[in-house]
Amino acid sequence: MPLVLNNEQSLLRDSARGFLAKNASVSHLRKLRDSRDQIGFSRALWKQFAEMGFAGILVPESFGGSGLGYVEAGVVMEELGRTLTPSPFLSTALLCATALVRTGTDAQKVEYLAKIAAGEQIGAFAVDEQSKHNPRRIALSAKRSGNGFALNGNKSFVVDGHVADFLIVAARTSGEPGDTKGLTLFIVDPKIKGVEVERTIMVDSHNAARIEFDDVQVNADAVLGEVDGGWRIIDGVLNVGRATVASELTGTGDEAFHRTMEYLKERKQFGKPIGEFQALQHRAAHLYGEIEITKAAVLKALQTLDERFDHASMIVSIAKARAGTSATLAVQEAVQMHGGIGMTDEFDIGFFMKRVRVGQELFGDANFHADQLARLNHY
Amino acid sequence: MTELEAFRKDTRAWLEKNCPPEMRKPMQSEEEICWGGRNWKFHSDAQRVWLERMAEKGWTVPEWPQEYGGGGLSREKAKILQKEMSSLGCRSPLDSFGIWMLGPALLKYGNEEQKREHLPKIIRGEIRWCQGYSEPNAGSDLASLQTKAEDKSDHYLVNGQKIWTSYADKADWIFCLVRTDFSAPRHEGISFILFDMASKGVSTKPILLISGKSPFCETFFTDVKVPKKNLVGTLNKGWDIAKYLLTHERTMIGGMGLRAAGRPVSQIAADTVGLDEKGMLADPILRGKIAEVSIDEMAFVFALERAGDLAKAGQGNPAFSSVLKYYGSELNKRRYELLMAAGGSDALEWESPRSKEGALPRSWLRTKGNSIEGGTSEVQLNIVAKRILGLPGA
Repeated sequence: MPLVLNNEQSLLRDSARGFLAKNASVSHLRKLRDSRDQIGFSRALWKQFAEMGFAGILVPESFGGSGLGYVEAGVVMEELGRTLTPSPFLSTALLCATALVRTGTDAQKVEYLAKIAAGEQIGAFAVDEQSKHNPRRIALSAKRSGNGFALNGNKSFVVDGHVADFLIVAARTSGEPGDTKGLTLFIVDPKIKGVEVERTIMVDSHNAARIEFDDVQVNADAVLGEVDGGWRIIDGVLNVGRATVASELTGTGDEAFHRTMEYLKERKQFGKPIGEFQALQHRAAHLYGEIEITKAAVLKALQTLDERFDHASMIVSIAKARAGTSATLAVQEAVQMHGGIGMTDEFDIGFFMKRVRVGQELFGDANFHADQLARLNHY
Repeated sequence: MTELEAFRKDTRAWLEKNCPPEMRKPMQSEEEICWGGRNWKFHSDAQRVWLERMAEKGWTVPEWPQEYGGGGLSREKAKILQKEMSSLGCRSPLDSFGIWMLGPALLKYGNEEQKREHLPKIIRGEIRWCQGYSEPNAGSDLASLQTKAEDKSDHYLVNGQKIWTSYADKADWIFCLVRTDFSAPRHEGISFILFDMASKGVSTKPILLISGKSPFCETFFTDVKVPKKNLVGTLNKGWDIAKYLLTHERTMIGGMGLRAAGRPVSQIAADTVGLDEKGMLADPILRGKIAEVSIDEMAFVFALERAGDLAKAGQGNPAFSSVLKYYGSELNKRRYELLMAAGGSDALEWESPRSKEGALPRSWLRTKGNSIEGGTSEVQLNIVAKRILGLPGA
């Protein structure tokens, strides 16, 4: 498959870009932040997103979705990255939808997928427990109890956790932290007894939460997929998160870069545009190359998820590592090249730096993925 | 089965049948590359047979038109061929400047007679080409070149000197930039000509490099007579061809590291630093650096693929070859620094059968030229700043 978007994908990009530029520019995020919005995103906007078919992007048409793939999901994420728009697209439309579509029972699909596609339900995928991503070390325990299981433990960095209508929780049903065997996914209603959700306001003003599970009782039909055999789907959903967050990071980095190039052409010092100075030109050209090379890796990762979902780990790690590194360089250069104004809250460029720092951590930073690559290659 | 799947199946079967086992082993050093040419001595029967069979199908140049002996494959099919060759470990049957640089320029700017004369010989590896671009006073500032070709009614008379001419002492023909109008602005008096290195008045002198090898030469032209039919394109418009060809050269140099011979750096490191109880390299910092370079290498492979696909889709920018040249050559230098670090003192041996006469340190030193030849890294960054980013005054 050629490493370029086809016509339909290009049209999708244009429509997402047009919609977000009009309705959800960076000022939208700023407003949510400054008003200390309780939800953290606009429900009205999410409804419109659903009407455009984006909330159900991965949901099969038989459940009212668009039935598209990960390349399309990445296209939308890249555009959300350009405008820094907070949205349940990642948590609900990508992570939870992937878990449900790939391992849900018919009953679970019927219950959730149509509501996801309609923008009526928000889901959150809870994996991390420590401050550095390390899914092999999941410790939250799920012990057999009565007709079902009792959950005990903590989750953190749960995207959209405080507004979720349902949680998909990765828990340990057997084995020790460090084992990939013995993990199981559960669908949990966050309003039931024993679930304590604390919204964590993060540096980027996007949603995250810490969630405590204190003897939370769930029925056996809360199990999503196989008991003890959840690693494959957990890793699969995480790969979707990694590749699509890589798309988002690419969009954010690329937008920061374009804004910086415009500034270099406008801003005058010593009687000429600062873009005439070779010291800045060479750094700009280097950064451009880094971003473009990352775009190729990210698109390859998305295509691989569509074509060979269970064989995408290596290329996904390459894409996420590259995206984290090149977007970080892009926002750092953006602030530096903007000079003093780049340090002010009034100017938007700082929002880009904040979001990239979060995207870098989400589902493993560049170091985590370098380690993954080395493991996959047996060294 | 779709047409592409059928092509994949047939291609695989053909390669399995026709690629000799010796040509499926990784090259141990650059000495094993097949360059072809009048004076080429095949290293083995397998090398000869492999070239002949691939040339017969036009697969030394899979995407060139069939009418000149090329493979006539679509980009999709050419990718499949490449993928099948790499999964079977098939070596490149023929490497040449004719394939990477002159051929694309002739296909675009050459006349029918020139295409018919030169392309088939490039495809079959019969003529080895070299490139006459740089001069002692025209390096990064290539357009200041002074080698002149005077119009002597039935021929051009060429006088001057080139430098850094790769393999000039081994090449059969040269494609050369010459000044044909000294009164015109400097970009507008340059022409692109071809001539036989066996012509009277051509001499070469190898330059000993820090690697202890001499891949480059000084090349001297004293009253060399060149037939007029050997002018490519329009008189005094050679700079356009030069630039077009440079985009191919830059992409080629960018991808050079990907053809590197020898063992993977992680294996070399496993021998020198050992593995811990979890099977990880015992030097965690070296391990991390190896993983980082590997990530960039693989991403770069996709970037080359994407650049080709964008060009095919009409969304490419010719100046993007400067990104590939810059990134690829800097990456290759990083790769060799790491190979040297992984190899430790073993990688310092310069003269021993054990080290294949210092193959690794010599290659390491050679890579330092990657960011100089074909336009320095700094020149590439200037080009990107000006032609892609549109920065002022660049």
